Amino acid sequence: MKTTLKLMTVLFVTLLLSCGGKEEKKKEPISYGKKEVPTKVETPKEAAVTASKRIDLATKGVGPIKSVTLGAEIDQEMVTHGADVYKKMCTACHRTDKKFIGPAPTGIMKRRSPEWIMNMILNPEEMVKVDPLAKELLMEFNGAPMANQNLSEEDARAVLEYFRTLK
Amino acid sequence: MKNLLKLTFALVFVFAAFTSCNNTKSSDSKSGALASNVAEKVYVAPGEHDSHYAFISGGYSGNLTVYGLPSGRMFKEIPVFSQFATSGYGYSEETKPMLNTSHGFIPWGDSHHPDISQTAGEIDGRFIFINENNTPRIAKIDLKTFETTEIIEVPNSAGNHSSSFVTENTEYVVAGTRFSVPIPQRDMPIKDYKGNFQGALSFISVAPETGNMDIKFQVLMPGFNYDLSHPGRGKSHGWFFFTTYNTEEASTLLEVNASQNDKDFIAAVNWKKIEEYVNNGGGTMMPADYAHNVYDEHTHTATSTMIKEVRVVNPIDVPGAVYFLPTPKSPHGCDVDPSGEYIVGNGKLSANLTVHSFTKMLAAIEGEKFDGEAYGIPILKFEDVLAGSVEQPGLGPLHTEFDGKGNAYTTFFISSEVVKWKLGTWEVIDRQPTYYSVGHLTIPGGNSGKPQGKYMFAMNKITKDRYLPTGPEMEHSAQLYDISGEKMELLLDFPTHGEPHYAAAMEAGLIKERSQKIYNLEDNKHPYAALSDADTKVVRKGNEVHIYMTTIRSHFSPDNIEGVKVGDKVYFHVTNLEQDFDVPHGFAVLGQNTSELLVMPGQTKSSVWEPTKVGVWPFYCTDFCSALHQEMQGYIRVSAADADTPIKWSLGEDIE
Repeated sequence: MKTTLKLMTVLFVTLLLSCGGKEEKKKEPISYGKKEVPTKVETPKEAAVTASKRIDLATKGVGPIKSVTLGAEIDQEMVTHGADVYKKMCTACHRTDKKFIGPAPTGIMKRRSPEWIMNMILNPEEMVKVDPLAKELLMEFNGAPMANQNLSEEDARAVLEYFRTLK
Repeated sequence: MKNLLKLTFALVFVFAAFTSCNNTKSSDSKSGALASNVAEKVYVAPGEHDSHYAFISGGYSGNLTVYGLPSGRMFKEIPVFSQFATSGYGYSEETKPMLNTSHGFIPWGDSHHPDISQTAGEIDGRFIFINENNTPRIAKIDLKTFETTEIIEVPNSAGNHSSSFVTENTEYVVAGTRFSVPIPQRDMPIKDYKGNFQGALSFISVAPETGNMDIKFQVLMPGFNYDLSHPGRGKSHGWFFFTTYNTEEASTLLEVNASQNDKDFIAAVNWKKIEEYVNNGGGTMMPADYAHNVYDEHTHTATSTMIKEVRVVNPIDVPGAVYFLPTPKSPHGCDVDPSGEYIVGNGKLSANLTVHSFTKMLAAIEGEKFDGEAYGIPILKFEDVLAGSVEQPGLGPLHTEFDGKGNAYTTFFISSEVVKWKLGTWEVIDRQPTYYSVGHLTIPGGNSGKPQGKYMFAMNKITKDRYLPTGPEMEHSAQLYDISGEKMELLLDFPTHGEPHYAAAMEAGLIKERSQKIYNLEDNKHPYAALSDADTKVVRKGNEVHIYMTTIRSHFSPDNIEGVKVGDKVYFHVTNLEQDFDVPHGFAVLGQNTSELLVMPGQTKSSVWEPTKVGVWPFYCTDFCSALHQEMQGYIRVSAADADTPIKWSLGEDIE
């Protein structure tokens, strides 16, 4: 009988532990849906950082943009165009240097891959449904959806070039 | 024992599985052969599209409704001649001029006969025209945006009913008057009608590229009632045909007095001949007063211009331009078959349908075999122009449409039925009841050389027991028939809005491809647009306050406004910065005397608000736009008339 009790206790504790383990895993926001993430070991630390502050240069997001090549020099002509598009299409919700309806784009190139940024601009509806980071951002910004402003790929690329100047 | 139980369970399970399979199969085959076959013909699965658009006139609603066929689902109500709170049409500053007339601003109209523009005798899906019967006007709706973009008032007309039908290249949209009146209008005894009143038939030119309308000329005809009309096509292109009644020229108790003559007329008008006469300087400019209202798609704003003269033509000045074809008993519908050879006149009080031959008409004109004249217009002999009659097909014939396969379909109001008959042999092929008292009917591509004859729908005047009762007033009912076979097959009843008269319909493809999804912000030339957040501002000009405001999910910018005073005239100019399909924002402010605005992506609309009370008043988005729609609100502070509160505006000042 005693052994049975002991056995039961051990089983119960294991159960509790495994439960606890699962809960911790849930806190890792990007551990689901990502297949090739060897950096998983660090994730418990990152969980404390809000999505807008977190650095993830590996994720490319979902959408039409598969790869972007950035020139060695910043293309000033493209920047001028990008700044103009940003002013017309984005300033209703974004301020360059402070959190507004959505996050500020200053420093974004240090936190996100170029592909992710362009996919977020061009394909926001799918991004907030599928991309774990975009999903988290939607929650962090009170559920305010990133609007699809129907930018052309060219315009979105120009906006990206403009973002390179916001450091 | 346990094994036995298991075995039983297993057997029952297997049996159940088999029988359920059998059941499914048998019920499928059964329904395929019986009633559900009809259901399948009108079933459009969730998420799938109808094959045809139907544009059904709204009658006394003044509007035009858009339906899908074969499902009978209503997609949209397009405001045309009436104020429409749902979008702010006729309430917003931009659209108020659309309803301007020589009688001032008119908030209502009676819309009757929509007709789609054509190229080379085929409907092209660019524009749809519709007439206003009461205060005579013709409107044009752009099928790219499904918005009313032009309205022209028709002077010298009264009861604009034999309208608005287009010629085979949309050279003209034609508007004939139902009521004859003194031209020009003057103070005279009503009893002196006969010989003094006239009926104006207006030929409104349509510019090929822009579609802009202009009254090219009006033919001033004898004082009859011009009831309905249709263009010649193919061989008869260049002619237009109008049914007449009240050739007795009675001014009172028409139900008796206008039914005396055994035959009235179909007026055949050679508009090409008159056009040539006018192009050579013929006709006279007559003083007039009518409004021409045009909506500019770049400024999102309508302007109303008053025009002070119109060109009129006396038909006897243009020999060979107008003839009368005797037609029995107050004909109503005037329909021309796809080949242009047959002109069907449906005598409301006649037992037979009368069909005239265009070829015979030309021969009779050539032979100058006239049966007298009326006010100088030659009357052809009935027997000389008659192609044939459909003998006693039903009671109270009204309108005829064609399937392009040699068949005609005529509605009978009194006997509540649609009768299918054959052109040339005049034999009745089929008849189907309608529920009840059918008026017009429509076959997609109806008024054209190429009907798209798979469906036909009848529009009924009386509904009674066809739907769940809704008090004394029932919406009118339409009925869809499959006309692909020898016999017509009733498929569906569906409710319509207002009182549908005629409807125009066509295959969905052309319109669907061209349908606009958003207004590009880049093309927005509205003088009060705020095209980005940097453009938002509040400007005082005397007692006018102009608020340049933007919307995007889910805020207004600015959303806190101060410095407005009682007695000010406050203009909210709202630009929707969204550039995504189907994301409009609404705008309403407490105490607004107009309607809300519904602003499409990239569009600017303006609403006037004249605050009468001091206070802090909220405004909000009326269209559920996002998860944070309930947060989409703002405040405007109204100070006393003599206060010195400075103008001030902001958005999110307290954020971080």
